[in-house]
Amino acid sequence: MHEFRMPSLGADMEAGTLVEWNMKPGQTVKRGDVVAVVETQKGAVDIEIWEDGIVDRLLVEPGAKVPVGEPIALLRGEGEEAAPAQPAAPAAARPAVEPALPPGKVTRAAEGPRVKVSPAARRRAAELGVDLSRVEASAADGVVSLADVERAAQQARPPTPGKAAEPDRAAAMRAAIGAAMAKSKREIPHYYLGATIDVTRALSWLEQQNVGRPVAERVLFAAVLMRAAALALADVPELNGHWTDGRLQMAPAVHLGVGIALRGGGLVAPAIHDAEKKNTVKIMRALADLITRARSGGLRSSELSDATITVTNLGEQGVEEVYGVIYPPQVALVGFGKILPRPWVDGGSIVVRQTLRVTLSADHRASVGHRGALYLAALERLLLEPEKLA
Amino acid sequence: MTRQDIRDALIEALSAIAPEGDYAALRGDRPLRDQLDIDSFDFLNVVIRLHDKLGVDIPEAEYQKLATLDSAIDYLASRLGVS
Repeated sequence: MHEFRMPSLGADMEAGTLVEWNMKPGQTVKRGDVVAVVETQKGAVDIEIWEDGIVDRLLVEPGAKVPVGEPIALLRGEGEEAAPAQPAAPAAARPAVEPALPPGKVTRAAEGPRVKVSPAARRRAAELGVDLSRVEASAADGVVSLADVERAAQQARPPTPGKAAEPDRAAAMRAAIGAAMAKSKREIPHYYLGATIDVTRALSWLEQQNVGRPVAERVLFAAVLMRAAALALADVPELNGHWTDGRLQMAPAVHLGVGIALRGGGLVAPAIHDAEKKNTVKIMRALADLITRARSGGLRSSELSDATITVTNLGEQGVEEVYGVIYPPQVALVGFGKILPRPWVDGGSIVVRQTLRVTLSADHRASVGHRGALYLAALERLLLEPEKLA
Repeated sequence: MTRQDIRDALIEALSAIAPEGDYAALRGDRPLRDQLDIDSFDFLNVVIRLHDKLGVDIPEAEYQKLATLDSAIDYLASRLGVS
């Protein structure tokens, strides 16, 4: 029998509220299946299961707030006997578990019919206190939309306490980010490097690539930068991984965390999985998908927990450079600033080039400045030969 | 199609991407980006929506013509042949 525990979705998460189960006892599940939805300070997250098995028992009811690491379900292997029938652990045996939502706000019982709900609709329903099992989908695909939820709320018109929910969430998110960053600055001996890179060729290369593309398939320069950031790690792999149990665990794949600002002031850094294997077009597609889900809910648990390095791009807000705070347990963070025309010395004459400040914040326990410098040099080489980034 | 229709389509596309913006206070002659806190990803999505709604394919090289509400209406009107 295996315990399936509330996963940690990053160093800044302490607990999550179970919104719904997508599995029931007796069901066979496969590694990677989305088996539950958990509400966190980062919004509703689709929780994936980490191993194959048969669901033996669900230990937690929707609506319960559960600390990270607490068992939430029991799984048994193929052919393994079911656990002896026993009543679900009484609430008293799980003192850390508390109902976070008032009764009636719980969206749905675990074994009710599966209602398909868009992430934005789910969030809105929680804000408005709408019972999703009573909302009818108007669209032919049977998926409950935001409009359906709002219509249901209009009809029911309960004395809604929903307004207060948003500031609470923003404050909770800020507190969580603060805790993770304080831990980072307390424990990680950061060192910082910066370089100015000529991106004139890379920009015009991308412009040419985009000319032939339909609007919906155009690639943003940020995707080119992320591609370069992932590829350059091949030269300096000790920047890609986690510092755990007092040592560096280098990661075999690059799961590139991307800092995404949320409207209303939040921040998440979900990962583009296997970024080193994706070409620029695929990185763009993955990025668009991540940003969309980060802002509407529906990020997957693995995306929030397994980034091996993070990139942050604050150039659009006009800053020339950003020296980021490493997100534990990662060991490096790459920062991109604003693209600016600067005077540039080229073969003895001064010309104007489009340039970019690139920075590296790295953990001195895992790498030394010389290696970090090699990483920035590799990044520069790639951006000078953008054809290699296709 | 009138300039008002174009304006409506623009506001609709923008408010789908940046729903919390204060559209009543939007200044036509100031950059949309600053007033609505939209980034290049948001902007790309606005361009995609305008393409779907108005059938105008806006080349990347002409994005800067959409910088303000007024300039965007002028640009789209000329592309659509609306006076």
